[in-house]
Amino acid sequence: MIEIIRQPWTWYVSGALIGLTVPALLLLGNKHFGISSSLRHICAACIPAKIPFFQYDWKRESWNLFFVAGIAAGAALALAFLSNPAPVQVSENTVRDLAELGIVADGHMMPASIFSFENLFTLKGLVFFVMGGFMVGFGTRYAGGCTSGHSIMGLSTFQLSSLIATCCFMAGGFAMVHLIFPWLLKLI
Amino acid sequence: MKIINDEFVENAVVIHPDECAAPNDQIAPETTIASNIKYLAMGMLFGIIAVKSEIISWYRIQEMFRLQSFHMYGVIGTAVVTGLVSVWLIKKFNLKTMQGEEVIIHEKPLHWGNVIGGLIFGLGWAITGACPGPLFAQLGSGFLIVIVTLLSAIGGTWVYGLLQDKLPH
Repeated sequence: MIEIIRQPWTWYVSGALIGLTVPALLLLGNKHFGISSSLRHICAACIPAKIPFFQYDWKRESWNLFFVAGIAAGAALALAFLSNPAPVQVSENTVRDLAELGIVADGHMMPASIFSFENLFTLKGLVFFVMGGFMVGFGTRYAGGCTSGHSIMGLSTFQLSSLIATCCFMAGGFAMVHLIFPWLLKLI
Repeated sequence: MKIINDEFVENAVVIHPDECAAPNDQIAPETTIASNIKYLAMGMLFGIIAVKSEIISWYRIQEMFRLQSFHMYGVIGTAVVTGLVSVWLIKKFNLKTMQGEEVIIHEKPLHWGNVIGGLIFGLGWAITGACPGPLFAQLGSGFLIVIVTLLSAIGGTWVYGLLQDKLPH
């Protein structure tokens, strides 16, 4: 059994389990599935700076912070006890396309050639960590949710705003990979 | 099940910060640790699923945006269908929460932020290979540098809060 769990999980098992988070949170205590809100609660708790957007009772929403702390802890558990020794499988076409951009598929979850502390104070670090992270935080809040809040929770409850947001998430991603990456990666 | 439009949130049972994407609608009082420990456990399950399904992989996100693998589309599609059926079942059988309360669904407001913010997040998603959930999972699975990405994301959220009134909605 544990051997089966160690393998990468197939898409329909993973998808169904992720989808079940929606009813689980609703029935455990009327909570809406949504992760980007945790970033707002962290702002409200640590750096509210008298900004009206951060003036609310974040303690009431603190379940969300417990949830994200759990995500980090769960990932650490998966790494310690359930990790698969085989390299992460990536489509051959993707490996080839990334190689053309100078990024080697190294069999890990993330390319160590980019995501390492050595790159922190380089142009690469500025783009991949600082700028990328900023866009994720700013964009999700401006859009009113992220992949979990809009694409999963929102689409599950037939929200038009979530459908529009999800299409825009995808459009942004396609634009970055196909239009911006080719010249951006030459610059850095 | 009750559907609430947040424009009329004052009439709702519980007052939320405006436009909270993941509101807490429980009426029964909660204690900080004892009530929240179940969400910590749920988060841990989610973290394990996120790692084992490889949705936290930067390469998987690249595959998705290059249309070179079905995996991410399969995962998100199945998650949506499962969520949809579950919410339908909750409505159909009028299931109550563990505290015996009515399940509340909020309508998410429609505005230009869905488009502009959505595009900005999409651009960032392709760079970092992570939406907010996977950021925490990448950190937990040993990519400690992601703490910088996470801090930047918190910074981005803060700047949105600062500029909210000046941005088109």
